[in-house]
Amino acid sequence: MTVSFQIFFTLFVQMMKSKADEEDYWNSSKFKAFTFDDEDDEFSTLKESKRTVNSIRCLVEEDDDKEEVEKVSWNGEPVSSKTLLWLLKQMFSIVVSLEKFRSLQDKLLLLDSCVAAHDGNVITAVLIYLKRTLSKEVLFRELEPRQTALSHLIHYLTETRDQRLLLELYTCLTCFCFQLLQYKEHLSIADENKRRDFLKSCLSLPFSPEDSSHVQDHYTLMERQVIIETTDRRAERGEKVERALILNMPLITTLSYCCLYHYSESEGTFSSPLNIRQTFKISEKQFFVTALGARAKLKAWSDVDALFTSRNWLGFTRKKSPLGFQRVVDILQKNSAPTQVLQDYVALVDDAELRITLAQKHKCHDIVINTYRDLKDRQQLLGYRGKVERGSGEERKIDELLNNLQIRWKN
Amino acid sequence: MAAHLSYGRVNLNILREVARKDLREFLDKCAGSKAIVWDEYLTGPFGLIAQYSLLKEHEVEKMFTLKSGRVPPADVKNIIFFVRPRLELMDIIAENVFSEDKLQSSRDFHILFVPRRSVLCEQRLKEQGVLASFINIDEYILDLIPYDGDLLSMEYESAFRECYLENDQTSLYHTAKGLINLQALYGTIPQIYGKGECARHVANMMLRMKREFAGSQNQILPVFDTLLLLDRNVDLLTPLATQLTYEGLIDEIYGITNGYVKLPPEKFAQKKQGEASKDLPTEPKKLQLNSAEELYAEIRDKNFNAVGAALSKKAKIISAAFEGRHNAKTVGEIKQFVSQLPHMQAARSSLANHTSIAELIKDITSMCHLASEAFFDNLTVEQEFMTGVETDKVNPYIEDCIAQKDPLIKILRLVCMQSVCNNGLKQKVFDYYKREILQTYGYEHILTLNNLEKASLLKPQTSSRNNYPTIRKTLKLWLEDANEQNPNDISYVYSGYAPLSVRLTQVLARPGWRSIEEVLKMLPGPHFEERQQLPAGLHKKRQQGENRTTLVFFLGGVTYAEIAALRFLSQMEDSGMEYIIATTKLLNGTTWIKSLMDRPESQIS
Repeated sequence: MTVSFQIFFTLFVQMMKSKADEEDYWNSSKFKAFTFDDEDDEFSTLKESKRTVNSIRCLVEEDDDKEEVEKVSWNGEPVSSKTLLWLLKQMFSIVVSLEKFRSLQDKLLLLDSCVAAHDGNVITAVLIYLKRTLSKEVLFRELEPRQTALSHLIHYLTETRDQRLLLELYTCLTCFCFQLLQYKEHLSIADENKRRDFLKSCLSLPFSPEDSSHVQDHYTLMERQVIIETTDRRAERGEKVERALILNMPLITTLSYCCLYHYSESEGTFSSPLNIRQTFKISEKQFFVTALGARAKLKAWSDVDALFTSRNWLGFTRKKSPLGFQRVVDILQKNSAPTQVLQDYVALVDDAELRITLAQKHKCHDIVINTYRDLKDRQQLLGYRGKVERGSGEERKIDELLNNLQIRWKN
Repeated sequence: MAAHLSYGRVNLNILREVARKDLREFLDKCAGSKAIVWDEYLTGPFGLIAQYSLLKEHEVEKMFTLKSGRVPPADVKNIIFFVRPRLELMDIIAENVFSEDKLQSSRDFHILFVPRRSVLCEQRLKEQGVLASFINIDEYILDLIPYDGDLLSMEYESAFRECYLENDQTSLYHTAKGLINLQALYGTIPQIYGKGECARHVANMMLRMKREFAGSQNQILPVFDTLLLLDRNVDLLTPLATQLTYEGLIDEIYGITNGYVKLPPEKFAQKKQGEASKDLPTEPKKLQLNSAEELYAEIRDKNFNAVGAALSKKAKIISAAFEGRHNAKTVGEIKQFVSQLPHMQAARSSLANHTSIAELIKDITSMCHLASEAFFDNLTVEQEFMTGVETDKVNPYIEDCIAQKDPLIKILRLVCMQSVCNNGLKQKVFDYYKREILQTYGYEHILTLNNLEKASLLKPQTSSRNNYPTIRKTLKLWLEDANEQNPNDISYVYSGYAPLSVRLTQVLARPGWRSIEEVLKMLPGPHFEERQQLPAGLHKKRQQGENRTTLVFFLGGVTYAEIAALRFLSQMEDSGMEYIIATTKLLNGTTWIKSLMDRPESQIS
């Protein structure tokens, strides 16, 4: 603490020198300040100050750093003994009344010099004092441009769980930096209804426009999850299967749940996947992957097929996918799709090499055979014959092709 | 005496001994038998300073972990709380004090705050009505802890976060104090170089603190020639990349804490000949990792692809040594062989351990295994970003990973890397990633994304141009065919990418920062040089060929790969420089991002 002492000392000598008994205004304080000392803070003479220093010595005796006190060059500047007393006691981390710093200017100067010393503990100690002796409006107004001090205050109020004051503070601030900290508090609310209500209360905070929309989405999602949960649990009574809870789950997880249990609902319901997609502006790709995963899990292959089907204006259907077919095959295979189903999608892979690799991996023999036929690769086809079952239809097919004189094999 | 601390050029044991002395003094202050109640977080760092044996010498009979309720019974005169100055812990302490059965025992209470006392905390104790119950309340200033012969860390986990997110520069204050204390033991450092805002603050504080102690001039012959202070945010890229040195990979995959690693036990089961195979152990295997272990010192900083060869070579040497028993014929020779046995057995056990670790890592990283395809794909994307390939578009691999709900931290490391290499993402790309992440992992992660933006790790592009390609070319940060087996450049630590921070350090030594003035201006924060006056007669007369010593201080954290790169520079024949590394925290990309998250536990999903 010896470092801070020197700074304070210099600054406060200056402060006491420059201003006359300038008490601009008494600041309105919420609570009456409790002072331990009765004496008035007039400028005192050297004698008294020296006496004060000497009386401190007995405290110093215990400490090794006697030199620190001696080093204080006493050049006879008039300094309030109370100030000196406080400063010296700060050195030894003893909490002492700061009541002598009365005017707003004094308080701010005190705060600014603490911030300049970078000593977190001291900054906090001063803030505690300011919080007690300044009105909220003045305190908030003065702290707004003092980001470091502001951060410290917020940290202190968070640790001491002064939610009310924090909320007031966040509402007052004009910068966007701190509203999210209020939002963060939702994490410590366990009950879903209370959490939902808390999120609703956050909506009125002055977030940045972007953050605002995210918080809005979060509230909307939470609201919806509570509704779906309640409805589903009610319907479930009697069923044996317990469904996964969706409370506090991310949006996509919620969508997945709805694709599992509410897939065919019309777009008007809260739990309809299409409604969710619309409300939260989920990308086509995300929706597709989620729906695919969910329906594949339930082995609803016709639903899977329907995802790919689209009609163009001629009335034809063609399979299109926002996802590479390789990924599609991967997802289907993970959900134990039968070979007949896998085959359909492997066949749609554009790249021949990739198609063959996948087909071989999943034993989609027909595709391998057809692809080698298309590539006119006799050697590979011959080689593949050994991989199919003896006497199977595939074997016969390969033989037919190999014996087909019309095909112009390249090798 | 910690053997591993005396190997380097600078004897860091001195620092450790001072810390031990301070601890002894406090313990003796609380005279009589004692029990220590530990803040769990402190047991690790303290373990680097003192073992239980030292505590026992000062009448510490029992040790407990701090938790609510009652302090367990123990027939001791004193109960001492060793805690960080955190409000939550004060409440627990108060509970402990209240629950003390005054009729049964009359134990005295004391508190030791590490590293500093706190007004807030003492006030809280007062509010709880227990402050008066404590006889001794002290602070134990544990700033720089020696981890190895050339490595010091403050293990101040929140330093980066505090400085860049919370405008709280307390960590810099601690750093400056730590450096002042270091100079008291090792002499005033005549030259200070720095790059970054925090570096500037630390230097200012150091100089000011020095002026205030103007009376007492340090008469110790300076051990360090130069101090280099570097802000972490001068090089945000390096910690995001996956480290590829042996030690770096151990840290990435398993996490090294306070010089120890916990490993899955399966590969370490001891199979003794003739015995039936026992049940596999279920407790993770805990190993200490420092330079006192000869083999580890050899391989720790190698690129992982060069470790296999080194282990084979070692195996042959050890084999040959054991075979030597056949050559021992005379009594004298046999005696000599036997006397060497302990050393040989230790070497063999060390080899077995590291072979097992290398196998574990290989399973995860090599191309042969399906599970490790993910590792390779990840690495490929990292290298694409580092070489500036398509950093302005949404990356399909990242998209897929999000769709598959890969661990969030993996996603964050990649998108941050893309952002850093592009000097901010295009607004559309930024919005896209943000939305996908929030929708897939939960809206609450908006807090983390906000933090990352504040730290400049993940942000939208402002109008300024992307300087990264220029920096990369000028400083030669990417070397295509990095030689992993016999490296000739620091880029081997990332198989091609030279850590920017270390390159800056390298250039400072030779030819000096004046030659890269333009590039330095493109990096955040001021760069500066300061000189500290040495008393007359203390200027070192350097011998011909004698190396200079630089202390490199990373403000905000450092990775093992960067440490390896600096050690490489020290070993280079014509460098003329040896490096000692200090930092606020040893970290990797995962622990770093975690420290910036507002809800660490949710990244598991």
